[in-house]
Amino acid sequence: MTEHPLMIQQKDRSDRPDDSGPATADSDLRLVGLTKSFGSFTAVDDLDLTIPQGSFFALLGPSGCGKTTTLRMVAGLERPTAGQVLIGQQDITLTKPYQRPVNTVFQSYALFPHLSVVENVEFGLRRRGRKNTRTSAMEALELVQLPQLANRRPGQLSGGQQQRIALARAIVNRPSVLLLDEPLGALDLKLRRQMQIELKRIQLEVGLTFVHVTHDQEEAMTMADTIAVMNAGVIEQLGDPAELYERPRTTFVANFLGQSNLLPGTVTGSDGDHVVVDVRGRSMRVLRSRCASQDGAVWFGVRPEKLRIVSEAAAVASGNELSGTVTDASFTGVSTQYLVRLPWDQEITVVQQNDGTAPLRPGQEVTVQWAPEHGFALDADQDAHAGEDLEDEPVPAGAAS
Amino acid sequence: MAVQSGVEKPTRSTPRSRPAPLRRRTPVEWVRHNIIALIAAAAFAYMLLPNIIVIIFSFNKPNGRFNYQWTRFSFDAWTHPCGASGMCSSLSLSLKIGVMATIGATILGTLVAFALARHRFRGRAATNLLIFLPMATPEVVMGSSLLTLFVGMGMPLGQWTILIAHIMFCLSFVVVTVKARIASLDPRLEQAAADLYANEVQTFLKVTLPLVAPGIAAAAMLSFALSFDDFIITNFNASSSSVTFPMYIWGAATRGTPVQINVIGTVMFLVALIAVGGGQLVSSRRRRSAV
Amino acid sequence: MSAMAHGVAPGSQTGARTTASQRSSKTPYLLLLPGMLWLGVFFAIPMVFLASTSLQTGSLEQGYALTWHVQTYVDALQAYWPQFTRSIGYAASATVLGVLIGYPLAYAIAFKAGRFKNILLVLVIAPFFTSFLIRTLAWQTILTNNGPVVKFFQATHLIDVMQSLGLTSNDQLMASKFAVICGLTYNFLPFMTLPLYASLERVDQRLLEAAGDLYSSPFTAFRKITLPLSMPGLVAGTLLTFIPACGDYINSKLLGSTNTTMIGQVIDGQFLRVLDYPTAAALSFVLMITIVVLVAVYVRRAGTEELV
Repeated sequence: MTEHPLMIQQKDRSDRPDDSGPATADSDLRLVGLTKSFGSFTAVDDLDLTIPQGSFFALLGPSGCGKTTTLRMVAGLERPTAGQVLIGQQDITLTKPYQRPVNTVFQSYALFPHLSVVENVEFGLRRRGRKNTRTSAMEALELVQLPQLANRRPGQLSGGQQQRIALARAIVNRPSVLLLDEPLGALDLKLRRQMQIELKRIQLEVGLTFVHVTHDQEEAMTMADTIAVMNAGVIEQLGDPAELYERPRTTFVANFLGQSNLLPGTVTGSDGDHVVVDVRGRSMRVLRSRCASQDGAVWFGVRPEKLRIVSEAAAVASGNELSGTVTDASFTGVSTQYLVRLPWDQEITVVQQNDGTAPLRPGQEVTVQWAPEHGFALDADQDAHAGEDLEDEPVPAGAAS
Repeated sequence: MAVQSGVEKPTRSTPRSRPAPLRRRTPVEWVRHNIIALIAAAAFAYMLLPNIIVIIFSFNKPNGRFNYQWTRFSFDAWTHPCGASGMCSSLSLSLKIGVMATIGATILGTLVAFALARHRFRGRAATNLLIFLPMATPEVVMGSSLLTLFVGMGMPLGQWTILIAHIMFCLSFVVVTVKARIASLDPRLEQAAADLYANEVQTFLKVTLPLVAPGIAAAAMLSFALSFDDFIITNFNASSSSVTFPMYIWGAATRGTPVQINVIGTVMFLVALIAVGGGQLVSSRRRRSAV
Repeated sequence: MSAMAHGVAPGSQTGARTTASQRSSKTPYLLLLPGMLWLGVFFAIPMVFLASTSLQTGSLEQGYALTWHVQTYVDALQAYWPQFTRSIGYAASATVLGVLIGYPLAYAIAFKAGRFKNILLVLVIAPFFTSFLIRTLAWQTILTNNGPVVKFFQATHLIDVMQSLGLTSNDQLMASKFAVICGLTYNFLPFMTLPLYASLERVDQRLLEAAGDLYSSPFTAFRKITLPLSMPGLVAGTLLTFIPACGDYINSKLLGSTNTTMIGQVIDGQFLRVLDYPTAAALSFVLMITIVVLVAVYVRRAGTEELV
């Protein structure tokens, strides 16, 4: 990681935000029993989380899961009902936002319309009484590759440019924690992809702790080192993207991250490393390490892209196998997504890469196979539809944006 | 395809929604089609006619005391603007009171506007009512009630009673104007300022106030206009030694209307045009560069 | 520009507001104090004084005493009933005319002006800043006896129509009901037009396009969509016209005659010349109550409560 000018310690410190130095390992962000209730509604429920200094952390979840509320409590814009927020050893739970070494990139950017771009960027530095704010601000603009816009007004910029200015405005202060509240939500797809890569690059370059709140699971998986999946105020699972994706521990995570096929099964025995599960009369195997319970009912899960549609001749003996009828084929460019109806009327999703083989048509009878090590099994008392296709809730009158 | 003649579209016409008439419109059809614009033009004429008359007759030189008949063209009134006795002193009194009332009402009103727009407190409904009532009360009632107060208190009428009355009735307008501006302010901007190390005072001075400033300026302008132009309330609370410009004109209506009145009227109109026009230019330019 | 509302718990939009009021519960009261005190002392208390004066008896020499002399009200109303009804009638006429003239004007500026919108708005607002007394005097010039306008009315026999309606007399336009109402309408036209404009401007054009898509003619679209959506502006405009017009007397004094005396003149005269304070106060109060009642009924029927 190369040294970036913004990483260099500044000598004169104002006494307001008590930065005990960002580069020490003792700047981990810790949330301890953090709770926020609005009347009878609990938005964040007893959250315990440690975010290592210098990592790119994503807080992922659907609307209303409490992730933005958590973020605001870290920023100081929301007061916790209970619990603590600590940076290193410093308890900042009850401090004002302007006393915390935390900066936010807002969802709506919140650039000051009456100030120029460079005045926006140097705003935080000037409030802290720094010298040479203009130079630092210009360096931050260079970092986001927009130094030429220094004297424009925010209203004259495009969405993508505003987003980068908002980022520069936050980063220039070198906070211990940088919070990003769905910053890419308003951008179109291509721009969003581009910005995801940019953000990742910048985070690596300046070495700050980024906490990114988003509902877009693809975005979280692309950018973050660690993801916490939140649902209804609690964290369902915490881990790196691959682990969360390949080894989901709850149906919510299994459905929310990508798609999962969950089949009803019962554990019937074991076979070496594998657990044998009976799925509607068919015998299937799953690795013991990926099986949540050793007996009783389970949800037998497998991701769509792990399924292979094979002809009779190529059937592999030791694989898990199902047969069914294709009911839908959706061509999406890179791949084709099939819906296959199983004999007991459950439809599963199969995603095949468009590698040149002839696509299947609805009505065709197929055999679906997958390797046992690609499957996972979850407790059957979880809701199989948790996390699946959450509809947008109707916007209440006068709701926030 | 049937010809759609004289069909009037309430929306801005988009090319695809208005089929080209296959024949020229008859005069009747033309009138029907443009009826709104015609009425509007007539309304504008109605509204501006007096102003135009004022301007024209400022170049008049009447024979008698009154300025109702066009006699002959003259620059006299323009070259001797203070020729009419008592007019310029009344003008300066009006200006003085106008400025002071504006300052007073703007400050008091802005404070109230912030309280109403930004804070929750008990007695909010009562406050709103007390702000609203002066705007809904006829001037006769307000002026006369203030008179009874001053008489009852034994306070001598004059400049100060006029000033008090002016601040009173301008206050509500200031509150409404500034409050509307504050309400349109994005609260996230102030959150962003706090996030960027600005404490409450700094946030107010650096972010809130600059963004509310146009509203305060508009309120001040409105205040000044209301104060300068007020007659009824002023008349009730003035004395013979404190004659404001509107009072002077009222007296002139019976005594004799000097042409200089029209000169002042013309100047006021031009100043108003420039001020309002300039204000529009500034705000539209700012709107273009604002978020 | 702002994205969808994801992950925001209800109530957290008011985050800033919650912290603001948590900060100090005394701040609002301090902010309110100077302004509301001023209004309290110089608006509310005078009203009380007015009410009490109306119930007093005495004279300027002997002094006044609060005797709860309600007879003053009865006498005042009996004597000046015609002026009251006349004032309300004139004000109502001016309001209706104001709507008829102001609505198309506001509509034209909002929907048909295009590039000229700002210029037209300036032309509506700027006259308002010129002394209205001067402008009303200008009406004297316009409607002056045997002037060009009068000659026009006489030539087209419009004058005869108006005389038969009781609007004018003596074949002239000045010193008549017509002149007074003309002046009233004129004076309050900006107050009618601007709120209407503000309301109309907010009407989303796409709603009208949708109406057209759903088989509605332009006039129906106006009636069903534009008109209802402009109601707040209409209510505001009519109130801002009617209320001051009731108490106005400048127009009737400058443009009218003794037959057009409005209640404002009576009150003014009673206060400043006759010096009969109780009667004047009683009349004032009745005017105020009448307006309040009329406005309350009107607002309730029109359905818009939020006026401030």
